Amino acid sequence: MSSPESSEYDGTEAAPHGKARSTEWPLWEVFIRGQHGLSHRHVGSLHAADAEMAIKNARDVYTRRNEGVSIWAVEASAIAASSPEEKGALYEPANDKVYRHPTFFDIPDEVGAM
Amino acid sequence: MYAQMIKSTGKGIKSLDEMEPEERAFQERIDAGGKIEPKDWMPDGYRKNLIRQIGQHAHSEIVGQLPEGNWITRAPTLERKAILLAKVQDEAGHGLYLYCAAETLGVTRDQMTRDLLSGKMKYSSIFNYPTLTWADMGAVGWLVDGAAIMNQVPLQRTSYGPYARAMVRICKEESFHQRQGFDIMMKMANGTKAQRKMAQDALNRFWFPALMMFGPSDKDSVHSAQSMAWKIKMNTNDELRQKFVDETVPQAEYLGLTIPDETLKFNEDTGHYDFAEPDWEEFFQVLKGNGPCNTERLAARNKAWDEGRWVREGLLAHAEKKRSRKMAAE
Repeated sequence: MSSPESSEYDGTEAAPHGKARSTEWPLWEVFIRGQHGLSHRHVGSLHAADAEMAIKNARDVYTRRNEGVSIWAVEASAIAASSPEEKGALYEPANDKVYRHPTFFDIPDEVGAM
Repeated sequence: MYAQMIKSTGKGIKSLDEMEPEERAFQERIDAGGKIEPKDWMPDGYRKNLIRQIGQHAHSEIVGQLPEGNWITRAPTLERKAILLAKVQDEAGHGLYLYCAAETLGVTRDQMTRDLLSGKMKYSSIFNYPTLTWADMGAVGWLVDGAAIMNQVPLQRTSYGPYARAMVRICKEESFHQRQGFDIMMKMANGTKAQRKMAQDALNRFWFPALMMFGPSDKDSVHSAQSMAWKIKMNTNDELRQKFVDETVPQAEYLGLTIPDETLKFNEDTGHYDFAEPDWEEFFQVLKGNGPCNTERLAARNKAWDEGRWVREGLLAHAEKKRSRKMAAE
């Protein structure tokens, strides 16, 4: 089909892509420090062949508007993560340890701020 | 929208009583405004629907670079060129955020790319229209990005965490896109007679395709109910289309341009504009692959993928070589 936009490419059929590439670039998770004094925060992920490229790509994808002063890129396969099924075992024990919060203790008013 | 005609895999909506305990807990979490995260249990249909929807949205961002990329080298000033370049780069970024969100559902980037290139996965119908003049850059930013914003703002509250977070990032940047488009339209509409004519012509050509972006009328939209129950679709097609028309008509009046719809009229009773439906036959033809630029768009993506192959493979080989040398040295 002809198109109103000019194009040098005259291929009219989609090329076959069945086995175009069997390996993708690894997935990296990206962490950005928004400003000095804050910790790095997860912002998303991207694909890159190596660490150097991961940092460069992270710069282009996640900090186009001065969103950061520092980037960490970590290969996603190197991250250990808890699973949702472990939620109870991991976090419920904290529920009955209310004494870990300062508000557990009543300090008389006359003592002043503490 | 950027994701149109997403087929739902469910067989109608189940009531909570009909659901297995797992699914009921899942639906109740969504009903309560909770977020679903990648490792959480989810119904197969939810996962599949989201892959289609987010994937189609991502492809739209990527293919959407083509009609605008068409004008980068022909922008009227260096400043306009720099701005358009930044905008097109944002679209690439939006595509990447969305691909990442889809990947958390278990599909690979390569699979999605292959499905785009083979025509199995779709992208928004709007990008199959040509950009013939510089005024089209104004109309695309103003109308196309404007329509996209209508859909994307509510999607920031969608139930799937990674999708919602990608939307938050995208919405922050999208407002720049719409305003730069309107800025071009203002310049053209207040320019010479020829410029004003170009602006009007761009509006004439993009008005109905922009209305089509929201998808078919609710009465013909068979997949909406399940998606809305899952909160992966937040408003109906007609709701969003009406909102878009209501906001855009006064903007066109400000520009002194005429919306190409003789039936357009403010309805005092409803408080909304009455307007003509786009030609749905044209919409279905464009989705089927018979729009003015479908072939060219897919050819451009295929060309980029094929010609970039040696770069992708070369960089991977280089990274492996560096890794093995480093290991040998240790």
